[in-house]
Amino acid sequence: MSIISKIMETVVQAMPDKKPDRLIHQKKYIGQAINRVDGQLKVTGEAKFSAEYELDNICYAALAYSSIAKGKIKKLNLSAAQNAEGVITIITHENSLKLNKPVLFDPSGRSRGSAAMDIDILKDENIYWNGQPIAIVVADTQEQAEHAATLIAVEYKEGKSTLSFDANKSKAKTPSKVMMEPAEIKIGDAEKELKHAAHSTDNFYHTPRYNHNAIEPHATIAAFKEDGRLVVFDSTQGLYGVTRTVAGVFSMKPDEVQAVAPFVGGGFGGKGSVWFNTMLCVLAAKQTGRPVKLNLSREGVFRIIGGCTPSEQRVAIGADENGKFVSIVHSGITATTEHNNFPEQFSFPIRHLYASKSFYIGQKALNLDTVANTFMRAPGESIGTFAIESAIDELAYKMNMDPVELRRINEPAKDPTKETEFSSRHLIEAYQRGAKKFRWKHLPPKSQRDGEWLIGQGIATAFYPVYRFPATVKISLFADGTAIVKAAAHEMGMGTATVQLQHSADRFGLPIEKVSFQYGNSDLPEASFAGGSNQTVSVAAGISSAAEKVLEEFFKLASKNKNSPLHNLKFEDVEAKNGGLFSKNDSTKGETYIDILKEAGKGFIEAEATSDMPLEIQKYSMGSQGAQFCEVRVNEVTGEVRVIRWVGSFDTGRILNPKTATSQFRGGIVMGIGMALTEETFFDERNGRIMNPSLAEYHVPVNADVPNIEIIYNDIPDEHTPLGAHGIGEIGITGTAAAIANAIFNATGKRIRSLPVTLDKLL
Amino acid sequence: MNIKQNPSGLQANGFTLPLSLSINGKQYDLNIEPRVSLLDALREYIGLTGTKKGCNQGACGACTVLVDGERINSCMTLAVQYQGKEITTVEGLAEDGNLSALQQAFIEHDGFQCGYCTPGQLCSATAMIEEFKNGMPSAVSPDVASEEFEFSEKEIKERMSGNLCRCGAYVGIVEAIQEAFSNKETTVAHETFYL
Repeated sequence: MSIISKIMETVVQAMPDKKPDRLIHQKKYIGQAINRVDGQLKVTGEAKFSAEYELDNICYAALAYSSIAKGKIKKLNLSAAQNAEGVITIITHENSLKLNKPVLFDPSGRSRGSAAMDIDILKDENIYWNGQPIAIVVADTQEQAEHAATLIAVEYKEGKSTLSFDANKSKAKTPSKVMMEPAEIKIGDAEKELKHAAHSTDNFYHTPRYNHNAIEPHATIAAFKEDGRLVVFDSTQGLYGVTRTVAGVFSMKPDEVQAVAPFVGGGFGGKGSVWFNTMLCVLAAKQTGRPVKLNLSREGVFRIIGGCTPSEQRVAIGADENGKFVSIVHSGITATTEHNNFPEQFSFPIRHLYASKSFYIGQKALNLDTVANTFMRAPGESIGTFAIESAIDELAYKMNMDPVELRRINEPAKDPTKETEFSSRHLIEAYQRGAKKFRWKHLPPKSQRDGEWLIGQGIATAFYPVYRFPATVKISLFADGTAIVKAAAHEMGMGTATVQLQHSADRFGLPIEKVSFQYGNSDLPEASFAGGSNQTVSVAAGISSAAEKVLEEFFKLASKNKNSPLHNLKFEDVEAKNGGLFSKNDSTKGETYIDILKEAGKGFIEAEATSDMPLEIQKYSMGSQGAQFCEVRVNEVTGEVRVIRWVGSFDTGRILNPKTATSQFRGGIVMGIGMALTEETFFDERNGRIMNPSLAEYHVPVNADVPNIEIIYNDIPDEHTPLGAHGIGEIGITGTAAAIANAIFNATGKRIRSLPVTLDKLL
Repeated sequence: MNIKQNPSGLQANGFTLPLSLSINGKQYDLNIEPRVSLLDALREYIGLTGTKKGCNQGACGACTVLVDGERINSCMTLAVQYQGKEITTVEGLAEDGNLSALQQAFIEHDGFQCGYCTPGQLCSATAMIEEFKNGMPSAVSPDVASEEFEFSEKEIKERMSGNLCRCGAYVGIVEAIQEAFSNKETTVAHETFYL
């Protein structure tokens, strides 16, 4: 640690806490199971996704992809494609405008980059991965573009590529940082403690490549307006990432680019960075002078949008006679590329989950010649919790101890590696509530059977960190008593508008139908990207800051007026409720916003504000946690696994909307069921080709794969977060695969340490 | 007709033909290439973008529409096949601006998150309920020769498994369908079962 960061840390630790959000116990709209405000748009087909805007004179683009992993294009034969009906132009490295190198996503935020890969696309004949776009065909119709793209003939000169994860593990290196955190942590001598521990387990766990497979494939429409300004309708989780990246690549100013995305058809991290589909669509619009639509095919998404890295993880745990941990080792390797910088943070959960006398935590990363790996729902935590929570289960069985009890006795009082206080941690309560709801009983392996079906139960801890970023929000409150809240936020199913309307209505004491929320457009103030489960709390903090300014303005206006009941009060003595400002001590004393503006002869009050830096995250150890309980049936003859019962019990601060929150938790668990049992991206290590780039061969869970999932939560506000809430978009997937693998062990006595647990592994 | 051969020997299909489609009770006259799928005709030529493209190969069900009341994957069919048929898309499920019981139930039970698979889920469920009422068995029906089946959670899950939801809203989808089917507000009793 540098001296400067050491000093910073000391300063942050010494800083007093902010006052808890005055709304953390508010029960008007916040906390209510309100239906989604955009529900009607979504059930009628009126919600517009990126590819669905009608523009005059629009044309269509389709991509051609490299079929080698590394090397050079020797010769391109475009004549057949060029002569095909409707083709307007074909852009390749031979005729592309020169583009600037996109600036990579940088977790420190310093470079302000958001690109997923930093290669110079279409600059020269170089090929960096199998699936790299080598040409954009633009035609009058989609059919024409797609057909012509198939007519491009390419001769390659193949280079030497590095493709095999297993064969190249020895080349893995320790990165300088893992998402801003140290790649290695050593506390005590974990290997020595392990050797002398009364009980221990030490195994390797493997997870495969996964792809997000949001049902909406990435889609972009790019159009230059007459004034030279560019509009990009783009399926993105980061509007400002799009404007900055596109502006950088095309030598424009960021405010010359407008990104629009009011509805995104699922992202899960796959739409978090800016990928080449967006830039190439803009390039096509620039080179044709017409609006261009680029709908990636499902195969196209697999080819040019990365997914989750494969991993090999070692988890070793040593415990004393009573089960108290004396040693925890969590190390391993993930894959990344030379053209991005994302050693996936699988070791993050173990840094916060259990007390232990000693730790060794270490991550390495290996560069392969593939499309860049990227964030996929709970990056790090999803695959990391599979390994840790399987290992805890293994140790519990070895010790003949209930795995709930083993977790309970190792629950830390403080963060075990940072040694900071927890801001809000009630994991044991979540376990107790979950165990009761699930009717948890710790039974010996292979002790329950129904005919040829073996039955088992398993549990695992869910964990996801709390992130918050500064967010800017603008609010206008009008003389008719309505308010508009503006923020370039994103909606891909989280219920963004719904919860922020609940919040805004409570913040101002207005009826919810009097407030509207504008989002999904980069012409609005920069709120935050939708990722790392940060958006809800980040935007909430932005709204609080802007609302405070608006309310102060109202108070100033009113208190200036001698006839106002607020005249002799201080701002600290009033609160927003019943459509105005009223004395905290005497709720009859006050004025409505309508009256204040009428008196002052003003039409509205407006303020923009940016929330503060999230220093609380440095001061405290802030995480969300939960307990996953599941029951599986495993067919002894066929090896088929069915998940038949689930209780997810979460401790994620305050729940803002039980209806949308429950859906978020369930959604994560459903994706975790796929991760555990059916999903895997097959990668041909001979040529770097993804072999199952389709939903027919990449098996996401279907309705029949998913049982009724019961969700409960502690609903205990975290005093250090806006509204007392935590982001909950990702925690559901964490622990899920381990809970299933542990239940499979309980059913069959077979411990499967590599995902997905397919039938063959159980026979 | 002007059919061109290009140098690769593949047919360029550079011709269009007139076509009339009846969608949600309205007639649409088009002039499109015969290779245009019904899905692309809806989305790219007619402007009815409620129907979604998720995979373009019949694997995800996002493109489900009704043809004479039956559910089909519109990505797997050509628009030219459907002259003279009545096509219903998600835009046609509400009547006179009133949401169908199923649409309303999807909102109540939060049977979606991002909303992209929702039009397909709704069209699929609308037809599925009719299939069920008409005594069509499924892979999990205990007796396929029977004319009546219990509208169980198991049956719904099996019959809705052609519609993928990556947000994982399946529990809400099943609850919504159960409620719409029984046509009254119910507290849904989930079964513990395996398929």
